Amino acid sequence: MATYSWKSRTRNYEGEKEKLKLESEETTNHPLKPLVVSEVKKIGRDGSKKEKEKSKPATPLDPLSSALDGSDPLSMFAAAAAAAKPSSGGLDPLSGNMGTDDIDSGSVDKGEVEESLEPWASRKANILAIYTTSEKLSITTSFLSPADREKVVVKSQVAQSTVTDKVKNRLEQLDDFEEGSVKEMLNLSQQEYVMRIEELNSALVSAWEHDQKVKALKIAIQCSKLLVDTSVIQFYPSKFVLVTDILDTFGRLVFDRIRQKSSYIPPGSKKPQVLPENFTPDQVPESAKETCRNWFFKIASIRELIPRLYVEAAILKCYSFLTTGEYSQALNRLTNQMRGIGDPLVAVYGRAYLSRVGMAVAPQVKSHHINNLYDFINSFSQLDSDTVQNILAMQRLDMPSYLNLYSPALDWILQCIAFKAAENTLTEILGKCKKNCNNALLLNSIMSAFKPEFVSRRAIEFLELIKECEEAGFPKHNLYRSLGTNLILAAPPEQHRRNILNEVWKAVMKFQTPAEYISCAEVWVEYPCKHFSKKEVNTILNDIIKHMTPDRAFENHYQELQSVVSKILSQMHDFSVLFSMDKFLPFIDMFQKDSVKVEVCKQIMESFCRHQTEPTHDPVIVNAAIFICKTMHDSIDALTLEDERRVIGNLISGFVRKISFGRDFEQQLSFCVEARGSFSNIDAVLITLVQCVNQLAAETRTLMKGNHSRKTAAFIRACAAYSFITIPSISGIFERLKLYLVSGQVAMLNQALSQADAFFKAAISLIPDVPSMITIDNKTRSSEPFLMSFLNQFLATLLVVPDNPEQGVLYLLRGLLNVLQDYVWDSNTDAKARIYISVLAVFSAMSQEVYPYHIYKVDSNDSLYGSDQKFIAEITTTTETLIKQILDYCKGLPQNDGGHKRQAALALEFFHTIVVHGDIKDESMAKLALNLWNLTQKNGYGDTKQMTSILNYVKKHGKGFGGKPYADLAGKMHLQSRT
Amino acid sequence: MATLDIRLKRVNKTYHEGEVLAGVVIVQSKTDVQHQGITLTIDGSVNLQLSSKSVGLFEAFYNSVKPIQLLTGVLQVAKPGKFLPGKTEIPFEFPLKAKGSRKLFETYHGVFVNIQYTVRADMKRSLLAKDMTKTVEFIIEYTNKGAKAETKPVPFTITPESLQNVKEVGNKTNQKAALPKFKVRGKLDSSSCCITKPLTGHVIIDECAVPIKSVEIQLVRVETCGCAEGYARDATEIQNIQIGEGDVCRGITIPVHMVFPRLFTCPTVATTNFKVDFEINIVVVMKDDYLISENFPISLCRN
Repeated sequence: MATYSWKSRTRNYEGEKEKLKLESEETTNHPLKPLVVSEVKKIGRDGSKKEKEKSKPATPLDPLSSALDGSDPLSMFAAAAAAAKPSSGGLDPLSGNMGTDDIDSGSVDKGEVEESLEPWASRKANILAIYTTSEKLSITTSFLSPADREKVVVKSQVAQSTVTDKVKNRLEQLDDFEEGSVKEMLNLSQQEYVMRIEELNSALVSAWEHDQKVKALKIAIQCSKLLVDTSVIQFYPSKFVLVTDILDTFGRLVFDRIRQKSSYIPPGSKKPQVLPENFTPDQVPESAKETCRNWFFKIASIRELIPRLYVEAAILKCYSFLTTGEYSQALNRLTNQMRGIGDPLVAVYGRAYLSRVGMAVAPQVKSHHINNLYDFINSFSQLDSDTVQNILAMQRLDMPSYLNLYSPALDWILQCIAFKAAENTLTEILGKCKKNCNNALLLNSIMSAFKPEFVSRRAIEFLELIKECEEAGFPKHNLYRSLGTNLILAAPPEQHRRNILNEVWKAVMKFQTPAEYISCAEVWVEYPCKHFSKKEVNTILNDIIKHMTPDRAFENHYQELQSVVSKILSQMHDFSVLFSMDKFLPFIDMFQKDSVKVEVCKQIMESFCRHQTEPTHDPVIVNAAIFICKTMHDSIDALTLEDERRVIGNLISGFVRKISFGRDFEQQLSFCVEARGSFSNIDAVLITLVQCVNQLAAETRTLMKGNHSRKTAAFIRACAAYSFITIPSISGIFERLKLYLVSGQVAMLNQALSQADAFFKAAISLIPDVPSMITIDNKTRSSEPFLMSFLNQFLATLLVVPDNPEQGVLYLLRGLLNVLQDYVWDSNTDAKARIYISVLAVFSAMSQEVYPYHIYKVDSNDSLYGSDQKFIAEITTTTETLIKQILDYCKGLPQNDGGHKRQAALALEFFHTIVVHGDIKDESMAKLALNLWNLTQKNGYGDTKQMTSILNYVKKHGKGFGGKPYADLAGKMHLQSRT
Repeated sequence: MATLDIRLKRVNKTYHEGEVLAGVVIVQSKTDVQHQGITLTIDGSVNLQLSSKSVGLFEAFYNSVKPIQLLTGVLQVAKPGKFLPGKTEIPFEFPLKAKGSRKLFETYHGVFVNIQYTVRADMKRSLLAKDMTKTVEFIIEYTNKGAKAETKPVPFTITPESLQNVKEVGNKTNQKAALPKFKVRGKLDSSSCCITKPLTGHVIIDECAVPIKSVEIQLVRVETCGCAEGYARDATEIQNIQIGEGDVCRGITIPVHMVFPRLFTCPTVATTNFKVDFEINIVVVMKDDYLISENFPISLCRN
């Protein structure tokens, strides 16, 4: 094969650029701006939280987000959300509406109820989780023994042909249940007990489905009887939850059945129709009413008080079939009847159930809730009665845990009262409390139920109450905690704030056990953060340290201490203030378990990255942050998870980026030196540091407008040296390559040619080490695409790098070619040939008189050699070799389908390069091009679309000035049609 | 297989004197039904039974008092013939009017006194097939125009001193002194009650030295049957409703609320032959099974 020599086309880059320019038009608007949503709709509780998270200005690690300064749609969105939020801060938007709502409005939408009231279902799980026992339980019922059930099934199969039979059958069934078949199951563990109750539930449903209404009722009654028994009292709340679930099922079944029965035939149609959703009693047919009445009569004759009340409450909804407005009457009556329950715990849960049912069927009826509470208050003395004391003694339960059993029920009742209640309700209740029973338990529930605004307005009053209230077993620290929670959600009146803090802290300081102390302190620390200066916060931190240090108490309370930190962080965003508190770092020092400490450090840095919007060089911040980052950094070892490493790396990088010494560049550099010393283990940080230093160099250049003084030039060299030293310690090879390239570019930019040379040399000598496979996101991939893109970038840079006078012509490029020649390429791809083709393009640019781009104040080869003949000859010989190499490579491809395909693609690419960069006027070049074209056609594997577009390109060129050779070439190019 | 059924027009089967009992007799069959006619018998009567306690076993067994007929009537609703396959409905009507000078008492199911109204359908059939019968009970209630219940509040206080009938507990020395100290106050809102409205009132346990187990309301019927040998009076419990469970709080007002059960109660009746009265017992059961009970006769009516 003849050797082809490369002739590059002479080009006028400036002229071409001019020609290609699109018509431009001046614009006054940012094109993305209209996309910004100006009205924000609340999605819901969860949604708002997510938004809040999003809203944090500019994630530290993404410098791009500031690109759209201010008008970024996301931050706009969040800003609007924040504006829509009521001043109460963390409160959800619905509760903000509550105050403005008309309180007397009679009709309350059900949906609304569910939203603003914490639903029972969510409490249920909580209760079940908290109130457990390891004691043995017992259950008394007639429905569980398998033998019995069989009997029932047999009975139900008996054909009930006549009514008398049916009645007889039912009576027999009743007898069955009453005669000794009631069994007591003893020694059940909690799980077994729960299982039994679930069995009862399914027994109820199946009995109902088998049309054994009496049995179903019996089950319901027996279940509610379980609630009379307080033998394993710690389990009582959970038992309540389980049993009331069954009762709810029962109530629903009864209601649905009557509803089904009461389908009526509307005038004018023949099809029976089910009652509408909100029917009136007039629509209910007499027969359904009769059934309904029967149920109530049946239940009214239940002998025992507690089952009677529970079961009636369960089917309360059925009153809607009989009359309107029965609810309030029935609820109030049941409330009164609850007074007959002697055991205060049983009573209060009964009341809670009533409140729950009331809330579900008639949220507009409110009087019974408050009556429930008052009755509870009135009978409060029962808690001290001998009976209760005996129970406690028998079950070896102390008073505080006993009182704790009351909280779920009381909380629920109070929540129902507080729901859409006016403020004076609270006043009224407090008055009643003061008069009758100033008990910690009640007070606590009140505080957690009512709106924080109401509570905080009365903070002083509450404090008095707390101080005076008899402890009676309910630990007071809970009270302070609740109060604190309220005050944080809603700020108390300005003039009381300091007073409150003083009073509270005085009391909190007196708590003896660290657990009590820290549980209060954890909540209250947020208060001074919100309303006072750092001095108060510092004092409190100091106090916490003092309390937690003896006996290393902090070891048991890391969680609380951590929450203290996060609360401080959420309130104090000025880090110069935060770090200048002299107790903050000692506080952090209390976390002596490494994992916790790192966690805390992460929290702090996260907040720092998020909230420190301005770059800073405050020595206090820098020192403290370096200390914290160092802690995180030092926690990393060989066993650290990749994820953890990444998170910490990102956080430290974020911190590094936030530090700026303004125009004191040297200081900045020395900071980077220090940071490198401290964080040498994390690649991400090192990369950031190198980038920062490069940025520093670039900034210096901008400042000097490209003309360096001696001092700045020296500084630039220092920067380059820094990068040069730092880069090798990074482990990722591509990161290293890219950084070398970028650093070299920066050095060039600053006229530090020898430094740039060094960088490029380093990069070239690194290339042989590039592995053919790399892992990205735990997947092994070929490194070739990355290498290709890097090389192309590198080649483009090399165009403007002037030759070093001490070395030969095109020293760097030759070096690169040598390396590429020896590099072990993947034999399945044609990367090598492609790179050579790219190199050809670079050479053609190099042989021009004026290069397409230059670096300010750097003389590239074009001005160095001025298209010297020797230089051009040098290029020509090299290109000849390259062309030969490429053609050889094409030849060497395997002679099969795959090989042909690759050959065709490669030839097409080569052809393309020739047409664009080469000089077709030259005979040999034209011949080479045509040969290549034919090669693509030969085996019919060329990409038709690509070929057509290239053909069109050539034709187009043929029409222009001096396009004759192109036209000739186009004339010879045949496009083979596919068969 | 043919079935015979009676369906009354009113679902709740409740009628008043002077009204018309209306309904249909339903014959349902897949094949033809040959029959010798269907008759409908309406019957209302007071059944009296003497308690063995008051008159002795022998008399009780033999001297059962003759039932008092209040209402009788026979209707022929279908002449002998044949029903076609399917469902045949034969409507009927019957005016409810008491026999002679009597009046239709309210339906009442008691122990010794039973006031019951039934309608029975009999289908006579040829020799080979069995006769068919169906009985349905219907309920008679007074119209609302009867005697109005007046509100007569009954306050009460029970203390050891107020007790009349202290049964033997331990040794026979001063029984009352041995009793634990207690004071139970309360009020029944009225001793004359409307049967459709619940009995209401309240009980307050002012003090009680021993723990209380239960507070209950007992509804008692007092049935009196007159006969040749005099009369027998028997009190039996209808229902017992608990209003206080466990050691109830002292000084708190516990409401009394009891719904009068249907069928087992009726407005108070007094005739020459029999009498049905009702009483309320308020019972406080204390630990150690002390039981205090206070009795209140009440009169029931419907208005």
